[in-house]
Amino acid sequence: MLRCIQQDAGTEMVKAISLTIALIALWLTLSGHFTPFLLAMGLASVLFTVYLAARMRLLDDEAVPVQLRPALVLYWVWLAVEIFKASVAVCRVILAREMKLSQQLIRVPWNQSTEMGRTIFANSITLTPGTITVETGKDAFLVHALTEDFTGADGFEEMGGKVTEVEVRHR
Amino acid sequence: MDMSLLDLACNIATGIAFATGSFFLLVGAFGIVRLPDFWSRLHAAGVIDTAGAEIILIGMMFQTGWDIATLKLILIAFLLFITSPTATHAVSNAAFVAGLRPQDLKKDETEQTLSDVPTAAIPYRSMLPESEPAAPSKSSSGEGSA
Repeated sequence: MLRCIQQDAGTEMVKAISLTIALIALWLTLSGHFTPFLLAMGLASVLFTVYLAARMRLLDDEAVPVQLRPALVLYWVWLAVEIFKASVAVCRVILAREMKLSQQLIRVPWNQSTEMGRTIFANSITLTPGTITVETGKDAFLVHALTEDFTGADGFEEMGGKVTEVEVRHR
Repeated sequence: MDMSLLDLACNIATGIAFATGSFFLLVGAFGIVRLPDFWSRLHAAGVIDTAGAEIILIGMMFQTGWDIATLKLILIAFLLFITSPTATHAVSNAAFVAGLRPQDLKKDETEQTLSDVPTAAIPYRSMLPESEPAAPSKSSSGEGSA
C-alpha cells in the first residue's frame, strides 16, 4: 500500500527530532563507550541516517510512531499479564490427557482508525498464545483459535478498545 | 547486610523466572510434538517464543544489576516482542494462501470475514468461474438432501 506522505513541515520536524533522539539512545545503549571520538562518530552516523530517512520520505507515522500515546507502555504491561494467562491455558490444553482441540477460524471486528492501531491490535492477538491473526478483511480480522476457550468476544473487544485508546495522541 | 539481602532477593527472583520460563519452553516443545497439525503447532511455538523467551530474559535482567547490560536485555526483549508475532503471522498467512486448512475445523467464518475483499487469497475462489464462493456448497447440499 502506498504511504501517505501528506504531512506538514512541523510534524516532519518533530518526527526527525524524535528519530534523532531515539537513534542516539540506541547508539549509546549498544556501544557503552563514552570516549569523545566514538561519541562524535555516533553523532555523525545518526545525523547521516536521519538525513537519509528524511530524503527517502520515511519520516511518517509508520517509521516514527510518535503519534502513539505514552500509555502504550501501560497497555504492554496489561498485555504481558494476558499473555501469561493465555500461555497457562495453552499449556493446560497441551498437557491434558485427552487434548480437547476444537480449532476455529473466527471473525474479529476491528474499529481502529489508523493502520498503526490495526497493526498493534493484530500483533497483540498473535502475541497471545492460542490465537493467531491469519488474514484481514474490510472491517475484521480472520483469527485462528486453538479451542473455543480462546474465542471470547469480550476479550477481543476489551483488547481492541485499549488499542483504540492508545493509537492516536489527540483526536 | 542490606545489599546482600537485595542480592538474595534478586537470585530468588531469577530462579523463579528461569523455572517458569523453562516450564513454558518444555511444554511448548512437547506441544509441538504432540499436537496434530500445522495450525495447532503454531500455538505451541507461540508459547515458546512469547512466554518462555520473555520470562527467561526477565530472569536475566535481575542478574545484571542496573547497568548497560540491562538496557541491552530490554532491547532484545522488545525486539522479540515486535518480531515474533510478525513472523508467526507471516508463516500462518503463507499457509492460508497456500490452501492449508486446520484439521477438524469446528467453526469457520472465513466467508463472513473475507467475502467482500476480492483480493483476499482464498484458494478455492480461483477455481470458480464467478466470484460466488457460497454457490457450489449450496448446490451440493441441495443435491444431498434431494
